Amino acid sequence: MRVPRTTRNPHLLGIEGLDRSFIDALLALAGEHKRATASGVPRTPLAGRVVANLFFESSTRTRTSFEIAAKTMGAEVLNWTTSGSSVSKGEGLIDTARNVDAIGPAAIVIRHGSSGAAQLISRYVRCSVINAGDGAHEHPSQALLDAFTLQERLGTLKGKHVLIAGDILHSRVARSNIHCLGLLGASVLVSGPPTLIPKDVEALGCKVATNFREAVGMADAVMMLRVQAERQADPAFPSAREYAAHWGLNGALALQMKDGAVVLHPGPVNWGVELSPEVAEGVRSTILEQVANGVAIRMAILETFAW
Amino acid sequence: MVKPLVIRGGRLIDPHNRVNAIRDLILRDGRVAEVSEKAPAIEGARVVDATGRWVLPGLIDLHVHLREPGEEGKETILTGSRAAVAGGFTAVVAMPNTRPVNDNRLVTRYILGRAKEAGLCDVFPAGAISKGLKGEEMAEIGELAAAGCRCITDDGMPVMNAGLLRRVFLYARAFNLPVMLHEEDLNLSVHGAITEGVRATRLGLMPIPGSAEVSMVARDLAIAEETKARVHLAHLSCEGSVRFLREAKRRGVNVTAEATPHHFTLTDAAVEGYDTHAKMNPPLRQMEDLKAIRDALADGTIDAIATDHAPHGVLDKDVEFDKASNGIVGLETALPLALEMVQQGVLSRERVVELLTIGPAKAFGLPGGHLGAGAPANVTVVDPEAKWTVNARSFFSKGRNTPFQGRSVTGKVTHTIVGGRVVFEEGRVAENLE
Repeated sequence: MRVPRTTRNPHLLGIEGLDRSFIDALLALAGEHKRATASGVPRTPLAGRVVANLFFESSTRTRTSFEIAAKTMGAEVLNWTTSGSSVSKGEGLIDTARNVDAIGPAAIVIRHGSSGAAQLISRYVRCSVINAGDGAHEHPSQALLDAFTLQERLGTLKGKHVLIAGDILHSRVARSNIHCLGLLGASVLVSGPPTLIPKDVEALGCKVATNFREAVGMADAVMMLRVQAERQADPAFPSAREYAAHWGLNGALALQMKDGAVVLHPGPVNWGVELSPEVAEGVRSTILEQVANGVAIRMAILETFAW
Repeated sequence: MVKPLVIRGGRLIDPHNRVNAIRDLILRDGRVAEVSEKAPAIEGARVVDATGRWVLPGLIDLHVHLREPGEEGKETILTGSRAAVAGGFTAVVAMPNTRPVNDNRLVTRYILGRAKEAGLCDVFPAGAISKGLKGEEMAEIGELAAAGCRCITDDGMPVMNAGLLRRVFLYARAFNLPVMLHEEDLNLSVHGAITEGVRATRLGLMPIPGSAEVSMVARDLAIAEETKARVHLAHLSCEGSVRFLREAKRRGVNVTAEATPHHFTLTDAAVEGYDTHAKMNPPLRQMEDLKAIRDALADGTIDAIATDHAPHGVLDKDVEFDKASNGIVGLETALPLALEMVQQGVLSRERVVELLTIGPAKAFGLPGGHLGAGAPANVTVVDPEAKWTVNARSFFSKGRNTPFQGRSVTGKVTHTIVGGRVVFEEGRVAENLE
C-alpha cells in the first residue's frame, strides 16, 4: 500500500492541515510495517536512498527511531548533529540545510529548537522535509505514534476522552496531538499549571480542564508531558515538589482512572515529578509501546515522504 | 541660489491653515512666498504642473532608524534620506540606537554632518535618554540639546527604571525636549516573539502580552502627570494604551503619541507561515487593537503617523522566526498605507495629512508641517489616483524587509521639495549637486 503524497503536502511539517484520510492511510501503512518487521521480513522500499537526520537539539528516541526506520527499509542514513559541524563555525540553518540537500538525500528529517524551522528550510531545499520537532510548534511523528498506540489499546479513538497534562505552552507534542486526536474523533482535554496553558488554546480544538484530578478520572487516556526544566528560566511554578502534588500522576491518583484507561508519556520522564515510577511500570503505561511503535510510524512516514 | 518654483493647479491640503482647495504656490528663497488662486507668471521660475494632484506640506516622520553610524550595511543617512524623499518625507527624526549610540555631541554632529552631505531632507537627531541606552545613567541631555537633538529616547529599549525616568522627565524640562518612550516591560515581554493570542498558541511562538506595553504606558503617564514632563509615546499598538492615553490627555497631561502604518494596517495574521517580515517590536496585535489605533488616529488621541523605519539585511531576516531581527522598512510605503484609511472611510484626507505633517511638527516643535506664507518650502506632491504595486527591489532604502511586498496601493508621491528644491521627481532622487 502506498500513501499518496500529494503536491499539496510534499513535506511533513505538522499535523495541522492534514486530512483524516491521509492520517488513516499513514497509520494503516505503519501497521503493515509493524507486521512485516515482526514476521522477520521487513519491507525495503527505500533501498539506495539517503535520509539525512538534521538534529539541532539533542534527542535519543526520535533520532534513533528515524535512523532504524530508514535503515530497516534499506536507506543510507546521514546523521548530522550540531556538535562538530559548521554550526559551531556560525553556519546558519538555511545554509546548512541547502548544503545537506546538495548531498542529495531523499528527505531531511529535522529537529530544531525554533518553531517554524522545518517550514523555513522547506522553502530552500529540493528534497522532502520531515519535521521531527520544531520548537513549541509541532512534532507530527510523535502524535502519529501516539495515535497508533492508542488505537491498538483502545480500539478506536472516536468518542474517547484524552487528557494531555503539563506544560502545554512549550509543548510541540501537545499541539500535534491536539490536532491529530481531534481529527481521529477523540475529545481532547488539556490541563496544567495556568502559567503553562497558552492563551486561547481552545481554538486548536480542545477544552481546558481546570481540575486535573477530576479530569484524570474521566479520561480514557492520560498523556503526561515532560516538565521542561530547561525552559524554566522564569519559573512557571514554585517547585518540582509542588508540581508533583498538583499535576503529577502518581499511584494513588492512577487508582481513580477508568478501567482500561492508559497512560502515555513522550519521554524522557522526570521521575517523581509529572509521573511516578509505579505508574510508568504499571499495566496502564504505554511508554515502551510508544517507543516501539515509533519505528513503524517513521517507516510509514519515510516511505511516504522520502522520495 | 535655487530658482523660484511655482506649483500650479494642485489641490492644496494644508490642515494647519484650514485650506483644502485648488491653489498655486510660489516658493522662493527656501520659503513659501505666496499662496493664491492664480499665481502670476514669474520669469526664470521653474513650474511644476500639479493639476489633478494633491499639494501637501512636506511629510514629517518622527521615528526612523538610519543605522549610521555603525550599521551602514543596513542603511546609511544617504540611502535613508533617499527613501524618505521617495516616500514624500521632507524631515525625519533619527533614532539614537546607532553604533556608537547617539548619547554625546560627537555622534549628534556626525549625523548632522552626514545629513548635510546627503542634502536631501532634514534629519533631526534624537539623543539617548541613558548612556549607551543601558537604562542606568542619564546621558548628557543638555549637551545633546545644544548639539541639535530634537528629542531624547532610548527607543528599541524601554526605560525600566522608573526612578531614572522620573528624573529624566524633570531634567529634560530645562531644555524643553520631548521624551520619547518605547513602552515595553521587559519582564512581561521576556522571550516573546509575537502578540499573545491564538496565533502564537498555534504556531508555538512565545507570546508578548499587551500588558507589556499597556502597563508601561500607564506607569509613565502617571509620572508625566506629576512631573509636567513633555512626553511622546512611540509606536502604540494596544487598545489599552490608547485608553490610558485618551484619559491622560483629558486630564491635561502634556503627552503626544504616534502609531505606525503596520500597526494600523496589519494584525498578527501577517505572521502566518512564520513570515519574519511581520516580526517587529511592539508586535503586530489583533483586530480590536488595530481598530482602537485607527479610532485614536481619527479622534486626535494619537497625534502622528510615524514609520519606525527599521531596515535590516537578508541575514537578519532569513533565519528562524525567534532569531530574526525586529522591524520593517516604512518610509516608502507609509503614505499609500495611510491613504487606505481614507479610501475605507476611517479618516478624512485632511486628518491623514494632519497626522503626517502638522501633527508630528507640533509634537516635537519641528519647523514646517504647514504651507502658510513664510513657512519652509517643504512640499510633497501626490498623485492620489495612481495605482502601483509595492516592490521592495525598487526601494531606495537598502532594506527590503517589508510585509507589504506585492500589495496593490493607491497614491504615489510625484514630487518632493525640500527648501524650495525638487529632491524627488517622478521616481528619481536628485543627486546632491550643491
